[in-house]
Amino acid sequence: MSVQELEKIFLDKIEQEIKIEPKDWMPDAYRKTLVRQISQHAHSEIVGMLPEGNWISRAPSLKRKAILLAKVQDEAGHGLYLYSATETLGTTREQTIVDLHSGKAKYSSIFNYPTLTWADIGAIGWLVDGAAILNQVMLCRTSYGPYARAMVRICKEESFHQRQGFDILMALSKGTPEQRDMCQDAINRWWWPSLMMFGPHDSESTNSEQSTKWKIKRMSNDELRQKFVDMIAEQVKVLNMTLPDPNLKWNEQTSHYDFGEINWAEFWNVVKGNGPCNKQRLDARRKAWDEGAWVREAASVYAAKRKAREEKKEEKQIA
Amino acid sequence: MTKDTLYNYTLHLADNALILAQRNSEWCGHGPVLEQDIAITNISLDLIGQARSLYQYAAEVFNKKEGREATEDSLAYLRDVREFKNCLLVEQPNGDWAQTILRQFFFSTYQYGLYQQLQQSTDATLAAIAEKSLKEVTYHVRWSSEWVIRLGDGTAESHDRLENALDELWMFTGELFTPAGYELDALKAGFGVELTALKAAWEQKVNEIFAEATLPDAASRAGVWMQTGGKEGVHSEQLGFILAELQYMQRAYPGAEW
Repeated sequence: MSVQELEKIFLDKIEQEIKIEPKDWMPDAYRKTLVRQISQHAHSEIVGMLPEGNWISRAPSLKRKAILLAKVQDEAGHGLYLYSATETLGTTREQTIVDLHSGKAKYSSIFNYPTLTWADIGAIGWLVDGAAILNQVMLCRTSYGPYARAMVRICKEESFHQRQGFDILMALSKGTPEQRDMCQDAINRWWWPSLMMFGPHDSESTNSEQSTKWKIKRMSNDELRQKFVDMIAEQVKVLNMTLPDPNLKWNEQTSHYDFGEINWAEFWNVVKGNGPCNKQRLDARRKAWDEGAWVREAASVYAAKRKAREEKKEEKQIA
Repeated sequence: MTKDTLYNYTLHLADNALILAQRNSEWCGHGPVLEQDIAITNISLDLIGQARSLYQYAAEVFNKKEGREATEDSLAYLRDVREFKNCLLVEQPNGDWAQTILRQFFFSTYQYGLYQQLQQSTDATLAAIAEKSLKEVTYHVRWSSEWVIRLGDGTAESHDRLENALDELWMFTGELFTPAGYELDALKAGFGVELTALKAAWEQKVNEIFAEATLPDAASRAGVWMQTGGKEGVHSEQLGFILAELQYMQRAYPGAEW
């Protein structure tokens, strides 16, 4: 079959909402886009373990400690599903990790901000996971089968994460004046970076158009961002807290909240590596990987030894 | 209350679980490979679960006698170093993966024997907690045994690192079988466990796994001086730093609800 014919079959499937599966023919650019996006997503899960992991040892109660530990462990699990989804496209986990460590592959910039107080753990759950969910719910319908299926599992856990974040802030909002200050301060610091998670404006987003055609993406950055603002602007009232945006206002005509302009200079700087924790996060990942090298090697050498011994045993039995 | 045997005995069991959980949780996000990051975190979660059940029970015992309000959190977060009754082994630093694995293997093998006996305790709550926890501990023993074998019989480097871990940790294994005052009293009262009787089975398991891991058996370390004191509240310098981190929020914001 000619490439043109194969491409037609591929596009017909996309048109008819039939999932693309690993063994199906697909354009190189589609494969590349997916590898970039899914591995970036996987790395975000793994790097995202670090800012929250910071607070496991200091969680203020045993119950909170157990919940946070389980939550961060979930993120590791999400990383695993997503690395597996990347592997179905012919790129190994090791290769994608090498790309992360070299700086070639990106991860979500939100994790380059520091977690300074316990309230940050609540704000991450509520705002960061809240923003991630909107994106991920959309991805449950993405055109590539393994990615869509991984997303369905991930979404179930993420909604629990968002609730636990909100629950942390709820407890703070009902607490002492210091706890309420801590809560408001965390919201103030995480609000704008959360809005940045949806990426540049549609007019500036280089990858979006093709991704939409291929139904990898099904809603635009600005649409998702608006949805997020509308949701959070209501939820923040339950906490008796405010969002740090003087321009945030309900608009009767559009039936949406209007909101202020993101600081795009900050956005691009953090993407380029100049965020407060970019270096620290990558250093931590590289260190874990490098210090784990002898462990991975020992495991694979032992597995090979064991296999050889078993084969020998079988040979003897046959003889 | 500080002299109540059931209270002290239960706290000792709880402190062991909590401090090892705290140590293991330091690996979360930093493990050598993702699957094992998840596994060590799981063990940490199991241990926190055990610690919570035990602290809740200790608080119940305390409140009944003293009429004052202790909770799982006040016991975990508001006692100081000298009041903690965990064994020295669990507070030792994570070191490298070999040290973490060996610490887990020694402790889980001990805890397995202990909980098996504790299932027959005359104290129904302790017996129930032991029974429930035993399923988890069985997995911890299996997981850590497999890793001891893998590292011992893996590469020259992993073997060396495991031997090094053995040098670091063996001196803390004697305390597991040296009863503290409240353990002797608990035994007399009928709800405790005869520790010295657990030792033989523990050594047998260690020798069996060490043989597969191509490590020298326990007898080769017979002359090593054993450190003790943790169970009576005389700890290594490690514990103060663990508690400084663990208890920071409760100390900085007294009385707040989280």
